[in-house]
Amino acid sequence: MGFLAFLSANRTEAVRLTLEHAGLVLVSTAVAVAIGIPFGILASRRPSAERWILGGANLLQTIPSLALFGLLIPIPYVGGIGARTAIVALILYALLPIIRATHVGLGAIDPSVREAALAMGMDARQRLWQVELPLAFGVILSGIRVATVIAVGVATIGAAIGAGGLGVYIFRGVAMVDNRLILAGAVPAAAMAIGADLGIGALATRFSPDRRRRRAS
Amino acid sequence: MSGVQVEFQGVSFVERGLPPRVEDLDLSIEAGEIVVLLGRSGSGKTTTLRLVNAILLPSRGEVRVAGKATTAWNPVELRRRTGYVIQEGGLFPHFDVARNVALMPTLLGWATERIADRVREMLRLVGLDPDRFATRYPAELSGGERQRVGVARALAADPPLVLMDEPFGALDPPTREEIRSEFRALVRDLGKTIVFVTHDLREALSLGDRIALLERSRLAFLGGARELMESGAPEARAFVRTLGGSEK
Repeated sequence: MGFLAFLSANRTEAVRLTLEHAGLVLVSTAVAVAIGIPFGILASRRPSAERWILGGANLLQTIPSLALFGLLIPIPYVGGIGARTAIVALILYALLPIIRATHVGLGAIDPSVREAALAMGMDARQRLWQVELPLAFGVILSGIRVATVIAVGVATIGAAIGAGGLGVYIFRGVAMVDNRLILAGAVPAAAMAIGADLGIGALATRFSPDRRRRRAS
Repeated sequence: MSGVQVEFQGVSFVERGLPPRVEDLDLSIEAGEIVVLLGRSGSGKTTTLRLVNAILLPSRGEVRVAGKATTAWNPVELRRRTGYVIQEGGLFPHFDVARNVALMPTLLGWATERIADRVREMLRLVGLDPDRFATRYPAELSGGERQRVGVARALAADPPLVLMDEPFGALDPPTREEIRSEFRALVRDLGKTIVFVTHDLREALSLGDRIALLERSRLAFLGGARELMESGAPEARAFVRTLGGSEK
């Protein structure tokens, strides 16, 4: 357990890196949600757009993460050394699970409910906000959950391009062949991933329509 | 209200590359009348119904509602004056019963208190105690209760026209019979124009002022219950034969 001793001896730095790491994850996931949900809605509305959107997000996901970070560095405005580039890469990674979950969640809505919404005279915006998104919410949240957990892991690689975060300890540990240092980065990152997973999972249960249904009976 | 409420004039509905789903339909439905669209699966009943509230628009001909072509109506406005009931009610699973019933009045911008009163009134009308049912969710109701809520929702904004697509289709026979006869009594009093889709001849006979029998996208017969029973049209005879078998 040498890494615990290391962490407590360097707690100022450890806390800073942990906060940096959480910051990378939060900012990138938030932006990915803001971009991914509209794209997921578009994919479920337009069969012509569906292939391109899902295909594009899939393609992004297949690029090895270290390569993606590297590829972004020379791109003007987006790239360079530092947190901004890492955030862009993390956003690109988080898009697929969010887009796909939105697409799946909207597609899983009972057609008779959609038909009723249309026939009752709800306009497109009312159908989306009052019926479709609330009913797809649980599935969308599960996509956000996956995206967040992936982002916690991938963010460790951000250290390779100077974005900071817990990856700093991991890369330093690899370079110095020091397991204690590797664990000092990896264990807090794993704990953060588990925490995010449990936290969002609890949110999902709290707000699912199923729970509201069972409540009264 | 009197006069023609819904009129089909030479209406066909075709989707590219598919056989027509409605062909050359002429049908005129008086205000206050109950017309049943009867036919086998795929005969074009539901398509005909969807042409009325502009979910579908005719490929040829014209569907007129209250004297105005469905292509000229703002579809949202047309639908807000047209009640709609489908199998299992098509209730929103994330809305409780009161909010489901309140849907159309809410869309129409009624005052909150008026909506609350109306919801209680409608639930009582369909035989559900508002105090017991208003705060339940659809998943907590039986099939028959869901169906009643579906009817309450369709009638809540007091639309002159109500479209019903196999509304009682998913119910067990005794419940179905009960709800059907209550419903008949209810709509007689309300004087609504009703277009009702079913494949069940008994249901057609017990509810319809007139029955429009559809066969392979075309109108095969149009008339009252007695005329249907005596009709020589082959499809009418095919339906009438089903009565003998299931009665005993």
